[in-house]
Amino acid sequence: MTPLIATHGLSRNFGGLKAVSDVDFAILPGEIRALIGPNGAGKTTFVSLIAGRLQPSTGTIAFDGHDITGMPAHRRVRLGIAYTFQITSVFANLTAYDNVALAVQRTHDDDNHRRGARAFHRAVMSALERTGLAERAEQLAANLSYGHQRLLEVAMGLALKPRLLILDEPTQGLSDSEIENFIVLVREIAAQATVLLIEHNMDCVMRLADRITVMEAGRILAEGVPEAIRANAEVQRAYLGTVADG
Amino acid sequence: MKAANVPAKVWLLHAAVILLLAALQFLLPAYHHGVLARIMVLAVFAMGYNLLYGYVGLLSLGHAMFFSAGLYGAGLTMLHLGWGVPAGFVAGIAAGAVLALVIGLLALRTTGVAFMIVTMMFAQVFYLMTLYYGDWTRGDEGFVLPQPVRAIAIGDWRLDLSDPSTRYWAAVALFSIVLVITAAIARSRYGRVLVAIRENEERTRMLGYDTFVSKLVAVTISGTICAASGAGYAVLFGYVGSTFASVQYSILPLLWVLVGGAATTLGPLLGTLFMYYVIDIASGYTTAYLLIVGVALILLVLFFPKGVLGSIRARWIGWLP
Repeated sequence: MTPLIATHGLSRNFGGLKAVSDVDFAILPGEIRALIGPNGAGKTTFVSLIAGRLQPSTGTIAFDGHDITGMPAHRRVRLGIAYTFQITSVFANLTAYDNVALAVQRTHDDDNHRRGARAFHRAVMSALERTGLAERAEQLAANLSYGHQRLLEVAMGLALKPRLLILDEPTQGLSDSEIENFIVLVREIAAQATVLLIEHNMDCVMRLADRITVMEAGRILAEGVPEAIRANAEVQRAYLGTVADG
Repeated sequence: MKAANVPAKVWLLHAAVILLLAALQFLLPAYHHGVLARIMVLAVFAMGYNLLYGYVGLLSLGHAMFFSAGLYGAGLTMLHLGWGVPAGFVAGIAAGAVLALVIGLLALRTTGVAFMIVTMMFAQVFYLMTLYYGDWTRGDEGFVLPQPVRAIAIGDWRLDLSDPSTRYWAAVALFSIVLVITAAIARSRYGRVLVAIRENEERTRMLGYDTFVSKLVAVTISGTICAASGAGYAVLFGYVGSTFASVQYSILPLLWVLVGGAATTLGPLLGTLFMYYVIDIASGYTTAYLLIVGVALILLVLFFPKGVLGSIRARWIGWLP
């Protein structure tokens, strides 16, 4: 099977710092892949390279077998790579509805035949319902709680109908019950899309991920199924050296 | 999108404003009648500016060049090439559209303060060119389009744009068309993308929008509308001079929009009206009228920080367009 994303020798330097260093990585269609590692391991930089927010210093990225290394970010989104921001980046002065509508109308405008206003409205509301935000559709995004803003990010990602959904620390700031709902949601999303998840909540990672990739200091330290990662001595050392709860 | 009756209310409000302006034709004394025609044409300039500044959040200090591209595009072709009103008017708009497209391609490589400076520099180049080619433009002194040139003859029927009544109707028509265009853009999906760019350009890009192209289209539409105002000014008021290309006329539309309310469809008209009359009335009493204008602006900023209509929308009437 062709990997959905494959990187070869991918590196990104910031001055003398090698944030991402010579990474070979592949993710298969339909997978839920968790990307974990201590703070500063280069996880966000790595997914930013995939999403096109940053350009790599060296190396190549392929999407579904096609090289996309030099492709601008907005065209990658059109190919089906959606990125939800780690630092909440919704449109604060627009309603939750309008935030999602911006994502929906882009995919709609891509279709040659323009679908009707009703289908458009349904698509927006469906993304809001799946994230549990339907009742808050008319609230300004700025007035939503932090947890709901995170969910709005996910709703915008969903509305793009991506083939690869990159979630950067989506459960940060969510309550326990919201995390439960979120786990259900990600499983649902994974039925249609591939999910690449940066996550610090280990319980969430162990329950969701098909495979886990561990990064440390810009490199891939280990990769495998959750049980194997849990048992991996290198991973334990990396984590015990920093944050105990991982 | 919100309550279903909002779009109807919005269009009714616009229709009411247009009807009111048309009705004032018969009610106003001669002096104010002439002033209002001028204000409507200048409000078109402000609406064009508002599209870029209010909705996209791009602060240009060079829009005088788009206004005067329309002014000279119409004025020079009519004076030197003997073109009629329709051809001259179209030439002015076309000149502004092309100029805006080219300036947009260059200036949009910058953002923020750099964008302000780059647009101002281009406008200064334009201004100095109107002085340099003084043989044709007659520079500061400018030129007047004689009355016969400003008439349209269709068969036996003659439309004289220097006639106050005809001129007023023409100004209402120009204003109404541009008002409807800007209101439609603001409510369209494209308008929503423009606001998204203003709010968070990086996020907009990560939703798959080519923000450079969206901004370039916005600069071009904005410049074209401002050129329509300039071309309208030339054919309706018959005076073309380089003062209109000076930096003062880049700052004025910014003030009009700020006073009336950025990103509101009717704010530009209100701001232009207010500023015009404050200056007009204050200069009747004292030569230090700019002092009064300054005090009025300070009071407005204190009590209406988002402009008159912007603050009304924020506090009382949420559906205001």
